[in-house]
Amino acid sequence: MPHPHQKNLLSSVQMAHFVATGSLRMDAVVPDEMNRQAIEVLDNGIPGVPYGTPLSEAFVDSEFVQRLVQLPEVAGAIHSLVGPEPTVDHHAVHIRKAHEGEAQNLHGDAIIDVRPDAFDVQLMYYPQDVTLEMGGTLSVPGSHLRRTNESDTGRYQNLLGQTRLVCPAGTVQFLHHGIWHGGRKNDSAIDRYMFKIRFNPTVRQVRLWNLEDLYDEDVARELSQSFPWYENATGRLEIYNRVKLWQAITGDDTFDPDYWVTRVSNRPQRVVSQRSVNPHAKKVIA
Amino acid sequence: MTAVSTEATQQTVRQQVLVLYLASSALDARVVGWSTYDGTGATSPTTGDSDVPPYASGLDALKDGWRLFQAAQLLPPQPGHEYDVSFLKHEFFFEKLVTV
Repeated sequence: MPHPHQKNLLSSVQMAHFVATGSLRMDAVVPDEMNRQAIEVLDNGIPGVPYGTPLSEAFVDSEFVQRLVQLPEVAGAIHSLVGPEPTVDHHAVHIRKAHEGEAQNLHGDAIIDVRPDAFDVQLMYYPQDVTLEMGGTLSVPGSHLRRTNESDTGRYQNLLGQTRLVCPAGTVQFLHHGIWHGGRKNDSAIDRYMFKIRFNPTVRQVRLWNLEDLYDEDVARELSQSFPWYENATGRLEIYNRVKLWQAITGDDTFDPDYWVTRVSNRPQRVVSQRSVNPHAKKVIA
Repeated sequence: MTAVSTEATQQTVRQQVLVLYLASSALDARVVGWSTYDGTGATSPTTGDSDVPPYASGLDALKDGWRLFQAAQLLPPQPGHEYDVSFLKHEFFFEKLVTV
């Protein structure tokens, strides 16, 4: 895979948005001509790929997927999030049939994954216009750093501020591996298609995006946002954890605009009073 | 006679369950998440079926006749895990008994 042009890399503000929300959405980024082909391609199935295959080798038998991941904006986002030459963990075509009666439980994919300085991303591609009735993917902004295992969150049906995806054809979203999500019930008369690829990084995920706006005020604004479903107290811990992730991917452990990390890490070692001035201290005998 | 009428009652009453997740451990805190399960079978609530909570607070559910039967305990964090985030902490179970 060639290195994407600088203009197609994500900005720091977009990366901060991903770190805060666990997702990044690109509306109608795939051209109509590809969207029109997609249903037939996905119906025919995408050939399987062994776990850990380099992206440049993974889809030699699927010209359509090669074109998808090489679209300039898509390639730029992949590079920014997981770096050059990631490996393909797996891919899957998800079809929610018309009037399908069941919604998926809210879940995180794979198993609990608490890496503090690395993450996988999942590309999700929607070739059709997705309406609310078609049951577009449910996801919960800012849930990706919660330490829960797979569908143990299945009891949660609705969370305030959740995202029920409604999008134009050709939309791609990138999700952090930990985000709570699920396919919703399809109440429409149209089969709904989604194609996903999970990418694993092969480099340390540090400063892989366009850094021109690294210290823009909007970076701090993105990182300090709250979400309606956060509890008052735990919401503060969320910001603590995302600042730690931002510090990891920027390599800058001084970045802490609202002081949440610095305050509770402050353990000064400098001693002002000499031990010798304490009349109760045991005398040191030479 | 008493045993028979108790049995008849049990056959016609079903439980509806409402789970509310609140912004703090106070029962009058705002609702941040919700789930419902309908033992009458009349409705089938499911994941992602609404963006609007049924009540603004736990107290509002009480005022509407829901009976609280379980509240999450307040547990201190495990040492070394004080900054971890995981499940929602303030979970309250309510019920209504409905004659069918």
